[in-house]
Amino acid sequence: MSTLKNGEIVIRCENLHRSLGRDAGRVHVLRGVSFEAERGRVHAIVGPSGCGKSTLLYQLGLLDRPDDGRIWIDGELISNSSDELRTAARGLHLGFVFQFHFLLLEFSALENVMMPMRKLGRLDEAAMAARARHLLGEVGLGEKTHRLGNELSGGEQQRVAVARALANEPSVILADEPTGNLDQRNSELVFGLLARLARENGQAVVLVTHNPDIAKRSDRVLEMRDGVFI
Amino acid sequence: MYMSLFGIMFGVGFFIVTQAQTSGFEGFFIKTILGTNGALRIEDRLQATLFPMEADGAAGRSDFLIASDGNRKVIPGIEDPQRISEAVRHFKNVSGVSVVLENSVNLATNVSGAAVRVQGVNIDDHLAVSDLASQIVRGSLADFRLAPTGALVGSMLASRHNLQPGDSFTLEWNGAVRRYRVSAIYETGVGDIDRVRVYIHMSEARSLLQKPTGASFIQVNLFDASRAPEDAARIQEVIGHAVAPWQRREKTWLDVFRALRFSSAITVSTIILISGLAMFNTLAMVVMEKTKDIAILRSMGYTRNDIARIFIWQGVIVLAAGAVAGCLFGAAATYGVSKLPIRIRGIFSTDSFVVAWSVWHYVWAVVISSVVVMAASLIPARRAARLEPGDVIRGTSQ
Repeated sequence: MSTLKNGEIVIRCENLHRSLGRDAGRVHVLRGVSFEAERGRVHAIVGPSGCGKSTLLYQLGLLDRPDDGRIWIDGELISNSSDELRTAARGLHLGFVFQFHFLLLEFSALENVMMPMRKLGRLDEAAMAARARHLLGEVGLGEKTHRLGNELSGGEQQRVAVARALANEPSVILADEPTGNLDQRNSELVFGLLARLARENGQAVVLVTHNPDIAKRSDRVLEMRDGVFI
Repeated sequence: MYMSLFGIMFGVGFFIVTQAQTSGFEGFFIKTILGTNGALRIEDRLQATLFPMEADGAAGRSDFLIASDGNRKVIPGIEDPQRISEAVRHFKNVSGVSVVLENSVNLATNVSGAAVRVQGVNIDDHLAVSDLASQIVRGSLADFRLAPTGALVGSMLASRHNLQPGDSFTLEWNGAVRRYRVSAIYETGVGDIDRVRVYIHMSEARSLLQKPTGASFIQVNLFDASRAPEDAARIQEVIGHAVAPWQRREKTWLDVFRALRFSSAITVSTIILISGLAMFNTLAMVVMEKTKDIAILRSMGYTRNDIARIFIWQGVIVLAAGAVAGCLFGAAATYGVSKLPIRIRGIFSTDSFVVAWSVWHYVWAVVISSVVVMAASLIPARRAARLEPGDVIRGTSQ
């Protein structure tokens, strides 16, 4: 990661189209969106509900397939690859933070953060635990590593989700309304964490938000309406 | 999930205990057959009939004689039992041979009479082809050995005519009447034997039945009784006498036991099947409840196979726990059942449930439950693996 320079384009999409729904209810959500994100910068996508922000984020996160258009991650065209390659790319290059933390509540904070590392298999058990403790310390939860997911407050759960997103040192962090479910204090804490860690580690952050304060503090703000950037 | 676990445990356990019982009774019946009538019975002589075939022979007569299996002549009994016995003893699997002279005679006591089947035997030979020694319930075999006019009487026959060791009775055949003394009373448990059969010494039988030579049949025991059909065919081929293996003689009862074993296996397997359905329902519910967790794992890089494996592992854990507990329960229940008192007389004699301990009962129970549980786990696992993370997260977050 240290060899990577802030400002490099790490994820890029071109002319993305995506329709959702069936038959008469089918809606053309993304209408030829093109976008790129740079390392070490926070990109905020704003716009009214239903304009296609989250749909674009899931496309960039390879959680959904575009009807048309292309996506590159670290220069590699990945949008139309096999499910196996897209899954592997998610584990290697992408970290997700969702509006609802999506922690596995039966597991501790430490185990939740170790989960992406287990799949990637780069580190042994002790190294994974050490890194998970370090990340939880970074997000201010060093004392609560062994608490189960359901024993943490909403803000704490979201901070665990941030630590989990950073676990494999991804190139890109995709955050869908990461502060949407938090109070003002926790919103600022979580955004501050994301922005600081991304800048320090040279990671691109792409976040979808309705919060104008969060958008204002981002490096770049893109407004979307009716499936296109305006 | 606990319902499935208990279902598998009870299914496996009941499968084991029912198989142990049915196999146990079947095995005991076979042991009784071998202990009473032996593995093989050599009976009537088969003589192939020869007939001439027309051909151009000298003086216009045929020179060819063709043997035909379809026209075999049956000559009752055995004319030269010593020679046949000697020949049979040379077969490797033969463990004992006993010549028997048998006929229906009339038994009479001071107060009653009945038609019985008398069997003349050389007692030492017969002990080698039967469990008669262990079937004595009153009196003594040693008395029989020492008493030329001693007799061994079946328990039901003795009971009906109020005969005790030391009592005397007469046997009458074709006008000749001879008196005998009860040396011992035996019980095989087989009603058809205990009701009518009387053993006397061979020399006495020859006198009574006025048959100085020959025999009615030869009873043969084998080291490996399961090979009786093959040995019967070979012996029949060599000696030219009809040889009946125990599997053919007792086919009806053996078929009944086999049918019972299969039917109980099928019945008990339904418990396992229902447990499998319960597991299917549970896992399907878990998949529905855990769609968010599945989606988040997929977003971290977990593959479809990883997700499927999680659910299959749940099935494997439940299966392993259920199978182990079921095997222990089955073993304990089998032991318990073997101690239950039950009095059975007629086709065999027992005063408690008979069970068979076989590792195959456990293997089959585990195999059946494995197939059912794996099938029940696989479908929800595949459904979980097919979930698209984008669809799940979109449905939740918007």
